[in-house]
Amino acid sequence: MAGLSPSLEQLLAAKEIVVTCGAGGVGKTTTAAALAVMAATRHGGKVLVLTVDPARRLADALGVGALGNQAVRVPARLFPAAGRRPPRGELWAAMLDTKASWDDLVARHAPDRRTARRILDNALYENITGRFVQSHEYIAVERLYDLHCDGRFDLIVVDTPPSRDALDFLEAPERMADFFASRFLRVLTAPYRSSVAGFASKPFFTVADRVLGSQFLHDITEFFSLFQTMAPGFVERATAVSRLLRENRTTYVVVSTLEASPLHEAGFLVGSLRGKGFHLGAVVLNKVLPAYLLDGEAAGAAANMVRDADVLAARLAEAGAGEAAQVARVLTEVGENFLRFQVVAQREAEHRAELGVSSDVVATVPYFETDIHDLDGLLRLGERLWAGDADPPPAARH
Amino acid sequence: MEDLLDRKLLFVTGKGGVGKTTVAASLALLAAERGQRTLLCEVDAKGDLSAVLETGPTSFKEREVQPGLFAMAMDTEASLKEYLALNLKLPVAARLGPLAKMFEFVATAAPGVREILTVGKLAYEVRRGRWDLVVADAPATGHVVGQLAAPQAINDLVRVGLIRQQTGWMLDILRDPARTGMVIVATPEEMPVRETVDLAARLRGETIVDLAAIVVNRVLPELFGRGEEAVFEALDRSPHVATLADATGPGAGPVLEAARLAVTLRRTRAAHVETLRQGVDPTVPVLYAPYLFARAHGLRSTRQVAEALAAELGY
Repeated sequence: MAGLSPSLEQLLAAKEIVVTCGAGGVGKTTTAAALAVMAATRHGGKVLVLTVDPARRLADALGVGALGNQAVRVPARLFPAAGRRPPRGELWAAMLDTKASWDDLVARHAPDRRTARRILDNALYENITGRFVQSHEYIAVERLYDLHCDGRFDLIVVDTPPSRDALDFLEAPERMADFFASRFLRVLTAPYRSSVAGFASKPFFTVADRVLGSQFLHDITEFFSLFQTMAPGFVERATAVSRLLRENRTTYVVVSTLEASPLHEAGFLVGSLRGKGFHLGAVVLNKVLPAYLLDGEAAGAAANMVRDADVLAARLAEAGAGEAAQVARVLTEVGENFLRFQVVAQREAEHRAELGVSSDVVATVPYFETDIHDLDGLLRLGERLWAGDADPPPAARH
Repeated sequence: MEDLLDRKLLFVTGKGGVGKTTVAASLALLAAERGQRTLLCEVDAKGDLSAVLETGPTSFKEREVQPGLFAMAMDTEASLKEYLALNLKLPVAARLGPLAKMFEFVATAAPGVREILTVGKLAYEVRRGRWDLVVADAPATGHVVGQLAAPQAINDLVRVGLIRQQTGWMLDILRDPARTGMVIVATPEEMPVRETVDLAARLRGETIVDLAAIVVNRVLPELFGRGEEAVFEALDRSPHVATLADATGPGAGPVLEAARLAVTLRRTRAAHVETLRQGVDPTVPVLYAPYLFARAHGLRSTRQVAEALAAELGY
């Protein structure tokens, strides 16, 4: 395994696939987009950001209207419009369309067109592809593999779907292969009323018949039987996808805020990635409060402001700052505000120390006062990421 | 306001990271403190519940963690075993082992089976009448609609059988706004607000569950009262800045900076709250819970959120 990369800039120059992962709500999609924007701008080449999150906001920010399964190029003219130089390379964007991707997959792996049709028409198929949550992870990595093999892009940056467990994504191909290899699938696809169905399956079918009803059971077994016809191609493919996820050309960027729960998940992810042979590229800590909140002198000044509010207010009022009582209230409020935020900043600093990741893989992003909703915002975020773990500026201003 | 806690089953959802588990625990804690026998169920067993209540790990069998408040963790395999034992009157529990494994396999692939085992267990607890209130710390916004739609989907797919008989009463409980409601938790930030507005629309279109309330969590306090902001702006300029630094020390700069940060954050967040209010049905109650400047999150902060929600609900 390669060593940890000293900066995101070098990481993105050396890798072909970057996967952002982490708990829900930490900014995976935005981080992925910002990294792709920076790579296209600074390194050149063809860079694709593939998002599994159907967030229209990203499409809006990239100025590409609606995003779909097909990659679209982000117009280069948007960069001058955001006051930046045109990118050296090309920036492309695509959004995972679960249903369309499943349909493609079935068309590819079914033994013949008739079987493909029967699978697509099965009552359960739509439910499985549309509603079935776990299928999302597999189809996301499958699509990633597809785009990678396509060879059109020098770099693909992809975010991961919100899931119960971020590892679901990494293990999806193995689970899919296991599924086809499962003893249960063989039992289930044996014609359930025939005598071939062995001892193991009899109690199941007896009970299942009562619980699910024979029609539903029939639908299920038929679906699985059809699905099983795709096994050889599917398993081979899942194995290849799994390999790609572990190759050195693929790296993972764990994203987190400094809240306890996402950070706990980030710590777990970092450990799992390392333990299971995936390449941990970087940890991005998002929405970090400004470092000045930890300033000891500032804490002293804030305490003084609260304690001496009346005396200070009298002086300031005399100098024309306003009415003394009001000035005193404002000073108290300003001082207390600092002390309140300092408590949170200290909590965050402590959480960060607990993460226990060496600082050379950590990039921090300050708490932006406004939301990122355009290319300019993505570029500002990207520039922060490029800068790595430098002290956050006093406050993100613009 | 119609009494939120008088319903029998509340699903609490929200975008990841908004404090969904804390709000679910607060509502349950509040109900228990008001004398309601309350069951709190963690659906995606991640262990967050034990953190916000500072209790040990939860399991499928509920456990009293605070007076009148029982906590459990959803486990679809256990739910299935319970269901089969109750409905099939299978004499030997041992036979359930391999059988449950087989069902577990079907559940990973067959649509809605896992979901219905989750929603079914919750509805079953309501139907049993052991609780005054069941609160579910439900999956995040992206997954909750699929979960709630499962009984209907199964109802459409399955024409006969025990499951079919079961979905009927489940649907009755879920569609009754007097008994069942959804609570969406959001923070006053762009994405959580957007997801809340989208989910509110999807709930109406794709599920039968009534939107009971929206909780806006982590609302920052208003720093300045009327006229005070102008005073602050004056203080933040020459010559007063120098006077302040002279009197309080060299750290005065960051203190003023932090006040500007608080004012800006409060302002952008107020705009998001406005977007939220514009985007959802005005009859849906919106409750506010404050941002907690706490050293750590745990039972104490959960209680603080519960107190804030109690005040919002007029208790």
